[in-house]
Amino acid sequence: MSAPVVPSPRAGGEPPGGEPVLAIDDLTVTLGTRNGPARAVAGVDWSVAPGRTLALVGESGSGKSMTVLAATGLAPRSATVTGRVRLLGRELTTMSETDRRRWRGRHVGFVFQDPMTTLNPVLTVGRQVTEACEEHLGMSRRQARSRAVELLDLVGIPAPERRVDAHPHQFSGGMRQRVVIAMALACEPELLIADEPTTALDVTTQAQIVELVADLRRRLGTAVVWITHDLGVVAGIADTVAVMYGGRIVEQGPVDAVFAAPGHPYTRALLAARPRPGAAGEELAAIPGAPPSPLDLPAGCAFWPRCPVRGDARCAHELPPLVPIAPGHRVRTFYPTTADGGATADPTTADGGATADPTTADGGATAEDRHQLRPEDR
Amino acid sequence: MSTAAVAEIDDLTVWFPSPGGPPVRAVDGVSLTVRAGETLGLVGESGSGKSTTGLALLRLVDPTTGRIRVGGEDVTGWSRRRLRGLRRRVAMVFQDPQASLDPRRTVGASIAEPLVVHRLAGSADARRRRVAELLDLVGLRPETAGRHPHELSGGQRQRVGIARALAGEPDLIVLDEPIASLDLSVQAQILNLLRRLQRDLGLTYLFIAHDLAAVEHLSDRIAVMYLGRIVETGTPTQLWREPAHPYTAALLSAIPVADPRVERDRRRIILSGELPSPTDPPSGCRFRTRCPQARPDCAETDPPAVEVAPGHRAACLYAGEAVRAMRADPPAPVTGGPR
Ligand SMILES: Nc1ncnc2c1ncn2[C@@H]1O[C@H](COP(=O)(O)OP(=O)(O)OP(=O)(O)O)[C@@H](O)[C@H]1O
Ligand SMILES: Nc1ncnc2c1ncn2[C@@H]1O[C@H](COP(=O)(O)OP(=O)(O)OP(=O)(O)O)[C@@H](O)[C@H]1O
Ligand code: SF4
Ligand code: SF4
Ligand SMILES: [Mg+2]
Ligand SMILES: [Mg+2]
Repeated sequence: MSAPVVPSPRAGGEPPGGEPVLAIDDLTVTLGTRNGPARAVAGVDWSVAPGRTLALVGESGSGKSMTVLAATGLAPRSATVTGRVRLLGRELTTMSETDRRRWRGRHVGFVFQDPMTTLNPVLTVGRQVTEACEEHLGMSRRQARSRAVELLDLVGIPAPERRVDAHPHQFSGGMRQRVVIAMALACEPELLIADEPTTALDVTTQAQIVELVADLRRRLGTAVVWITHDLGVVAGIADTVAVMYGGRIVEQGPVDAVFAAPGHPYTRALLAARPRPGAAGEELAAIPGAPPSPLDLPAGCAFWPRCPVRGDARCAHELPPLVPIAPGHRVRTFYPTTADGGATADPTTADGGATADPTTADGGATAEDRHQLRPEDR
Repeated sequence: MSTAAVAEIDDLTVWFPSPGGPPVRAVDGVSLTVRAGETLGLVGESGSGKSTTGLALLRLVDPTTGRIRVGGEDVTGWSRRRLRGLRRRVAMVFQDPQASLDPRRTVGASIAEPLVVHRLAGSADARRRRVAELLDLVGLRPETAGRHPHELSGGQRQRVGIARALAGEPDLIVLDEPIASLDLSVQAQILNLLRRLQRDLGLTYLFIAHDLAAVEHLSDRIAVMYLGRIVETGTPTQLWREPAHPYTAALLSAIPVADPRVERDRRRIILSGELPSPTDPPSGCRFRTRCPQARPDCAETDPPAVEVAPGHRAACLYAGEAVRAMRADPPAPVTGGPR
């Protein structure tokens, strides 16, 4: 048995950078809903280079999935999408649907949270793994089968020659996710989009999948966009982090900078609210209220109703721009905290919003919460 | 802290019949004591039997063998009628507050239900007062009583679930993943609330969760489950400093930490293989198919729980030693596939 102790996924040198594989610019997605238009994504821009991992983090409904779906032309029909998206130098938004599907199929692999949404229960995994590529790469059945065995081996499925003829239900959850990753990699895509690929898995299985993707990225030079709400996973896999809140990027930068010196009050508050090892029993610095609904976003800063810094009326009425606070590190707030400690205001001492006066808080998206929660619990 | 036992589980098994095959051994020989005023954390692989253990405490699933005592009384054979009384003394908070509340009922009616069932507040008026009091306890305004679940945020719904659990003034509350479905920025609010309630009301919790940071934060003791068994128990400090069972060591090493510098220098114990089927657990030690330290006799002997330090027990034939050996192993080469 090989030694089970392995170094962290990123050990072994920085991966190469280069021209972006995917670059999105000013992406906005508005969804038509029963209750009116919902602005799910607004003015999002980022790019990811070969061999690099961009982590998109944020809470439920913050627009993470919609960003990558809209960017790759997979948004629901009810969506209005504006902005520009370049995949390997080609503009996707102006392509015909057929061209876009082909371009995407060749160059992008997808892994979603639930492997069964991707897998067909009645086909063998071998057939499914290479199905897309037979078309794209013009493979024969025999070639496809031996390629499937190769791919199952690549993603760490034991006895792949035998397992290639098995059906999805004969695999465990973690193994199914490996099959989906094999499928996503079949056409040797330049970009892998993983939307919460480990959320449904155990931590021990999650560690296996994180390890696997990091290793594949290193060996194949694939660019990775990894969506998660787990800050621990982000810390382990990302080169760059984009934090989303209320459909917008509120902070983006190199992973070390974002964790060590978060510049946006939301990022700071989120990191400060985590239970810390060795500090059991202490009151956590909870963030008051709840995230906004895309049906009812505040006019100014989306975090305003919950923000412990909350400078002035400007926050409530004006959208703060994304401003650089260090090379490659941007935040969307009027009151950023800078790495050298030049804090405009320090929300970590603000005791999770206990200082925010609830009686003066006017509605915003969390009016409901303000109305129903007692001050000390917000 | 008092050491009186609020609930004791003694050699519990819960087997579910599965059509045309051997039964699912969801819980397979679990002994646990929950002491008054403490939080006992229950963690472990998905499917290891945590929820089933919690449900058995309320007798919401029937034990196949073994005994369950609540407040010193053996409730294993209690009739349906007497069980109603049990469910006042042991309450449960579920993962998904959306699913555990009746969408057609007002929040007030949902919270009042246990009061009616257990005849705890005589008049309608007394009931209304008690509901308002409970809402206040969980940090909701009295007007919330007139609302329906869909009008509330996820965090508010979970507060309602907690108020409902508090209604009967239970001796023990089983919290089954109470923050897992909540928004990231709302989880700390609920953890704070649970802690405050425990402090103010002297509550006892069995806290089932995947989020080990949250479990460490809230628990006085932790029990680790694997495939229907408890493999290790101890205080958070004992487990984090010196896990004695290889599964605990692997589990702890797999938890991602929200600090890139820590993550970069970390060496993980990556388990190979998958959780075996609970219909056919491995002979001897159940963890042996994935244990990096498995030896021949691990397939022969079912390891009993041994005390490795006061209050710290592990069910491993090489308790302590196996983990030290795992941690001393040289790191695997950086290149190469996942195995
Ligand atoms: N098909 C759809 N029709 C209407 N609204 C939608 C649809 N899909 C998503 N939305 C809404 O768009 C917003 C952004 O959703 P999105 O799925 O991108 O969030 P997310 O950040 O991925 O959240 P999660 O962590 O829950 O997956 C949400 O408010 C969601 O309710
Ligand atoms: N009513 C049931 N009928 C048949 N099998 C069941 C039933 N309830 C649970 N099981 C099985 O019993 C085992 C233990 O399930 P349980 O829900 O207790 O696990 P758990 O530790 O709570 O897992 P998770 O972390 O995923 O919630 C699993 O294999 C599960 O599939
Ligand atoms: S813009 Fe104002 S309200 Fe928004 S995060 Fe910055 S300080 Fe807070
Ligand atoms: S008894 Fe053997 S197989 Fe089981 S955990 Fe201990 S060393 Fe590993
Ligand atoms: Mg999503
Ligand atoms: Mg469970």
